[in-house]
Amino acid sequence: MTPFRTLRGIAVPVDGANIDTDQIIPARFLLRRRTPDYGRYLFHDLRFDTAEQGRGFVLDRPDYRGAVILVADANFGCGSAREQAPWAIQAFGIGAIVASGFGDIFYANCLKNGLLPAVVEPDVAARARALLADHPGSAMTVDLDRRTIVLPDETSVSFAVDEAHRRRLLDGKDELSLTLADAAAIDAYEAKRRVELDWT
Amino acid sequence: MRDAAARRPTTLAEQIWARHEIRRSDRGESLLYVDRHFLDETCFFCFEDLERRGLAVRRPELTLAVADHTVSTIDRLAQPADAEIRAALDWVRTVPPALGIPTLAADDQRQGIIHVVAPEAGIVLPGLIVACSDSHTTTHGAFGALGLGIGMSESTHILATQTLWQRPYRQMRITVAGRLGFGVVAKDVIMAVVARIGAEGAAGHIVEFAGDAVTGLSMEGRMTLCNMSIECGARAGLIAPDDTTFSWLEGREQAPHGAAFTRAVAAWSTLRSHADAVFDRDVSLDAAAIAPMVSWGTSPEDADVVTEAVPDPAMAPSATRRNRMERALAYMGLTPGTPLDGIAVDRVFIGSCTNGRLEDLRAAASVVRGRRAVVPAIVVPGSRAVRRAAEAEGLDQVFRDAGLEWRDAGCSMCVAMNGDRVAPGERCASTSNRNFVGRQGQGARTHLMSPAMAAAAAISGRIIDVRRLPPAPAP
Repeated sequence: MTPFRTLRGIAVPVDGANIDTDQIIPARFLLRRRTPDYGRYLFHDLRFDTAEQGRGFVLDRPDYRGAVILVADANFGCGSAREQAPWAIQAFGIGAIVASGFGDIFYANCLKNGLLPAVVEPDVAARARALLADHPGSAMTVDLDRRTIVLPDETSVSFAVDEAHRRRLLDGKDELSLTLADAAAIDAYEAKRRVELDWT
Repeated sequence: MRDAAARRPTTLAEQIWARHEIRRSDRGESLLYVDRHFLDETCFFCFEDLERRGLAVRRPELTLAVADHTVSTIDRLAQPADAEIRAALDWVRTVPPALGIPTLAADDQRQGIIHVVAPEAGIVLPGLIVACSDSHTTTHGAFGALGLGIGMSESTHILATQTLWQRPYRQMRITVAGRLGFGVVAKDVIMAVVARIGAEGAAGHIVEFAGDAVTGLSMEGRMTLCNMSIECGARAGLIAPDDTTFSWLEGREQAPHGAAFTRAVAAWSTLRSHADAVFDRDVSLDAAAIAPMVSWGTSPEDADVVTEAVPDPAMAPSATRRNRMERALAYMGLTPGTPLDGIAVDRVFIGSCTNGRLEDLRAAASVVRGRRAVVPAIVVPGSRAVRRAAEAEGLDQVFRDAGLEWRDAGCSMCVAMNGDRVAPGERCASTSNRNFVGRQGQGARTHLMSPAMAAAAAISGRIIDVRRLPPAPAP
């Protein structure tokens, strides 16, 4: 995984609480291969009609082209466990999501893929979205080292992120390769567990 | 460690957690042992990842793979027309078994939705940690197991190490006290919970369900309750195991047998939150106040009792909530003030990991018996075992006589990946778990409800309070 330190660039606002992962990537694309155009599936049905014509969704507005940060509302990524949701977001070019809350499984899935979910207070997320709507194409900065976000009006706010995940993102370390070092502890646990579960 | 645990009052979830903690990192994360790991046919990505890393499956025998999301409910043996589905089903039929993973492929007589087949095989037992890259893994909390929905990276991690890193969650208790009224079932209870606390209400929490209305539920009802705890954002939802749990498990193929079962019950009986355990949040509902529920919007929190009307966004507590309600009602094609009881539906779906078990099919059959469906309706058993059991009772004939389609087992129209879908603009009365935009098909309008309510919608062509349905005509 590429280490994550600071991300600066255009931010795009996506309004609405409880944006579920079925919106982020509809189920009919879950078996698709992760080809270079995978970002097309992101918010597919909000962006394209049944004839594949653009609906003018915020992500496709020229002002927000090249966005690297997505600013959402509460409970973003609730619902299904599909890891294809963060895959599609990353494939579109987004590296960080700022929201007042995330679905728990989606949150974990983002982190495993090096996509930063930054939690801010609801009024901060609302202010950021309003600024981005009023000044389309303006940039924000997400600084993982200092846990700060610079909003389009140049004010700086702090965000919350799980410390263990912050370290892993900063180091670009992959969780599984780290856990393999725990093999002996897992072996020992399994031996103890077999005795404990003598009824199995 | 046991002694330390005994000194501090703990919740059931904390006890299960402590028993599975291999070590805790200096940053406060627990490395948890996973007793049961489930896969479906969309998990081929995990195995490609594993292969890329040159890693083997550590404990194939603790793993179970099924075909459920994409299987045809019409003709199980026909080659799927869709190349991606064909590849996924071929993958699950060949790759996991070759690695020693027990597998229920599409044509297996024991096949079904993972959250239905694993419990019915006796694989899910009290006190275990169960993980699956599917959010409805919360279902297994019905057995007093910790059921964790995970992503595919985490599934890959479990395949390689049989473990999962998790940071401890907050603890919530939801108590439903009293007796459920006539026509009110587990689906109504969980829909009432989600409507009350919201889609984000239990985010970051493990929920324990308690109270006599919960302990009075059958295992099927408990599975429905825990299944939809993800819809209020819960990381897991669980119920302390009791005699109902033990009797349900006794004799199941992979549950302990004989003396081992007796020993297991003794161990399982200790699995309960201490009386003085501290929950970060306590929520109480009065069972008697719960009535048949129907969703009206595009989040499971958008639901109310069937005797109510479509709410007015103008009455919303905030501008953002008003905005979301307006969008939901526009998508659903509903006008504020319209009574829920009476909304015409185009189609009915009875099934899913929420409501595809025998008790659910019995409830639906009892409503349609001797009547005729006036809109297209499909009945999709949660597993082929459920299908056989229903057929042994003649339920298939009841459904067929009433004009409902009797299908084969799978996820079907709940996730709409197998070709079973609701057409754009169509309104569906559904026993599934999610009314998200496009969930049952692009432009589909979903109303979530219980099996009896969905069956009543099939024969009346509209949403109707099942409690005011006149008695069925005598045969």
